[in-house]
Amino acid sequence: MTSTQESPHDITAPPHPLLPTPAPVQLIDPAGAAVGPAPDRETLLRLYRAMVIGRRFDTQITALTRQGRLAVYPSSRGQEACQIGAALALRAQDWLFPTYRDSVAVLTRGVDPLQVLVSFRGDWHCGYDPYEHRVAPQCTPLATNTLHAVGLAHAARLRREDTVALVLLGDGATSEGDTHEALNFAAVWKAPVVFLVQNNGYAISVPLAKQSAAPSLAHKGIGYGIPSHLIDGNDVAAVHTTVSEAVQHAAAGHGPVLIEALTYRVEAHTNADDATRYRQDEEVAFWLERDPLRRLELFLNRDGQEPPTEFAAEAEALAAAVRAGTNADTAPDPAGLFGHVYAEPTAALHQQQADLLDEIARDEEARA
Amino acid sequence: MSITSLPATATPVSLAAALNQALADSLAEDERVVVLGEDVGTLGGVFRITDGLAARFGEERVWDTPLAESGIVGTAIGMAMNGLRPVVEMQFDAFAYPAFEQITSHLAKMRNRTGGRVELPVVVRIPYGGGIGGVEHHCDSSEVYYTHTAGLRVVTCSTPSDGYRLLRQAIASPDPVIFLEPKRRYWSKETATLSLEGPALHQAQVVRPGRDVTVITYGGTVATALEAAALGTEEGYDLEVIDLRSLNPFDDETVTASVRRTGRAVVVHEAAGFCGYGAEVAARLSEQCFHHLAAPVLRVTGFDIPYPPPKLEAHHLPSAERILDAVSRLQWEDEDV
Repeated sequence: MTSTQESPHDITAPPHPLLPTPAPVQLIDPAGAAVGPAPDRETLLRLYRAMVIGRRFDTQITALTRQGRLAVYPSSRGQEACQIGAALALRAQDWLFPTYRDSVAVLTRGVDPLQVLVSFRGDWHCGYDPYEHRVAPQCTPLATNTLHAVGLAHAARLRREDTVALVLLGDGATSEGDTHEALNFAAVWKAPVVFLVQNNGYAISVPLAKQSAAPSLAHKGIGYGIPSHLIDGNDVAAVHTTVSEAVQHAAAGHGPVLIEALTYRVEAHTNADDATRYRQDEEVAFWLERDPLRRLELFLNRDGQEPPTEFAAEAEALAAAVRAGTNADTAPDPAGLFGHVYAEPTAALHQQQADLLDEIARDEEARA
Repeated sequence: MSITSLPATATPVSLAAALNQALADSLAEDERVVVLGEDVGTLGGVFRITDGLAARFGEERVWDTPLAESGIVGTAIGMAMNGLRPVVEMQFDAFAYPAFEQITSHLAKMRNRTGGRVELPVVVRIPYGGGIGGVEHHCDSSEVYYTHTAGLRVVTCSTPSDGYRLLRQAIASPDPVIFLEPKRRYWSKETATLSLEGPALHQAQVVRPGRDVTVITYGGTVATALEAAALGTEEGYDLEVIDLRSLNPFDDETVTASVRRTGRAVVVHEAAGFCGYGAEVAARLSEQCFHHLAAPVLRVTGFDIPYPPPKLEAHHLPSAERILDAVSRLQWEDEDV
C-alpha cells in the first residue's frame, strides 16, 4: 500500500498528461479539513446520507451472516466512499458493473436491499432486474465484467445513446488478462467507460506488493493511452468529483478513464475468511482511524454545524427491514432450475424437471 | 462477381460463400446484427467468410477488433446486453480458448443467472476440425467443451445450403449459439438455392435414408459418412446417415426413430473418442433404444491424441473405410431375421 502518505495534498503535476499525480488526489483530509475544492453541501449531504445508510446496511448483513442467515457475504465496510462516491456520480442513463464486494454501490444505485441479498442468501444467482436500475449482476469471476462494460458502452455509442458504463474492480483483478483486454478495447474504440479500481490492499490474503510492481495501478492506463487518476478512496469528495469528471469525459466522446482509489477492506474477504492469518490488528486500527464516514462527518461538522441526524433513523429502518426480510424463510421453487437455461426449455430439460418434481412429491408422500 | 450478391437460383455455391451470404442477409434484415473479430473487416476473414461485408455495411456494423478473444466475446456480451446481436468470429478452434471463461461463465449463464431478464443473442463462429493440412492449434475439434456447458446452443453445418440456413437460424436465436464451421468443407460446392426452408435450429436431418445401420455424425464427417454409404452399397449395406446439425440440444426424436428402425448404429466424429460426443450419443441410444439394438453402438473417432501434424493427419481422421469396417463389426453373424 502506498496510501499512508502524511502529506497527500502535496500534489505535483504528473510527468505525462495520461499519468496519475504522484500523490493521491484528496479534497478532504483524514482530519476532516478541506485540502481541495470539495463538492457543495447539498452534494455532500447526499453522499453522507448514502454512506450512513450503506454502512448500516453492510454491518447489518455482516451480523446476519454471523447468525447463519446468509450463505456468504463479502463486506463493503471501509470502502463506502469508493462505492457511494462512484455510484452517485452516475446519471440515470448510465450503467454500473459491480463485483461481489460492491453491494453498497448496488444499493446506492437504487436496487432493493432484499433483492441485493438474494444471491448471498443462496436463493438465486442474481435477485434484481439489471435493466431496472441499469446495474449488471454482481460479478463473481474477477475482471470479466470489465469487458461487459466496454461492450455495453460501445454498443451505446453505436446506437447514439448518451450512456457511460462504470465498472468496479479490485487490485487483484488488475492482474487478470481481461482487465488489460478491456482497457485496450475501450481505448481503441474510444468507448465511454470509467474503470474504478478499488485498491483495498489485498486480494483475499495477497498484498499489493505481490500483485504488482507498477508505481501505482493507475500507471497501467498510460500503456493503453488512457488518462488515469490516483485518488484517496476514503475521501468521498475526491471519489465523487473524480468519477463525475471521468463520466463527463467519457460522455463527451473522449474515451475511457482509469481511476485507482486507495482504500481498505476492514472486514475479512468474506465471513469464511480469517484475516488474522495475513494482516496485523495494528494495520486495521490504522485504517479505522481513516474511516471514510467519520472523515465526512468531521468535515460536515467543521464549523460546529451538526451533521443531520435523520439519516441514522432512515438507516435503522432499512436495517430492520433487512432483518425482517432475511429472518423470513424462503424456499426457492425447484422447478425454477430449468426455466431459464434457454429461452424455451429443451425436451430433455422438461423431462428432468418432471423427474425432479416427481422425486420431491414422492419424498413428501413418504414423510407424510 | 462478389460473393455477397449471389442470385437466389440454384447455382454451384461453396460453404464459404453460403455462410457469407447468411451474414450479409442477416446484416441487411436486422440492423441490430453486427459482425466483429480478428481480420473480419478489410481482409474479409482468413477464410473470407466475411468478404465484402465491411465495405457493404460499414465499419460500425462489421469491424476488426484488437487481437484478444476473451475481449471479443466479453465485449459482445456487453453489446448484447445493450440491444445488439453480435456475430463474432474466432479465427481458429484452438484460438478460441482464451475466450473460454467468457463463454462458459457468462455467455452461457447470463439468462439463467438473471431469471430470464437478460438474454444474450450472440453467435460465436468457430472454424473447427482438421483435414486441411493445418499446423498445430489450427485443427481442433473442440465441440464437447461447449456441448458440456448448459445454456449454450452448439450447432455445426455440413453443406452450403445447410450452412446458410443454420447460420441464419443461429443469428435469429434468442440463445447464445456456438456455430462450428467444418473448415475442410469451406470449399465444397453444392448446386443449391439458399433458403430458410428445412429443419429448425434444434433438429437433426436424415441426409441419406437407409435400412441397415444408422450412421450418426455431424460437420466435416457427414460427407465421409455419405461416402461410406455409397461404398457400402457395393458391400451390401444400406446405411442411413443422420447429420445431427444441433449438438446441444440433441434431437433424440430423429435419432432414436432411426435407430429403432435399423437396430444398429455407428457414431462418427473427428474428435478424440474418450469422453467425446459419441460417448453421449451411445449412452442415449443404450438408454432409449436398448431393446431395439442388435449390436453395441460403435464409435469411429479420432485417436485419443493431440491433433497430429499435417503429414500424419490422414491416419487420425475417420475415413469411409473405417466407417464401413465398424459397420461390418455390428454382429451381423448373430442376426436371426
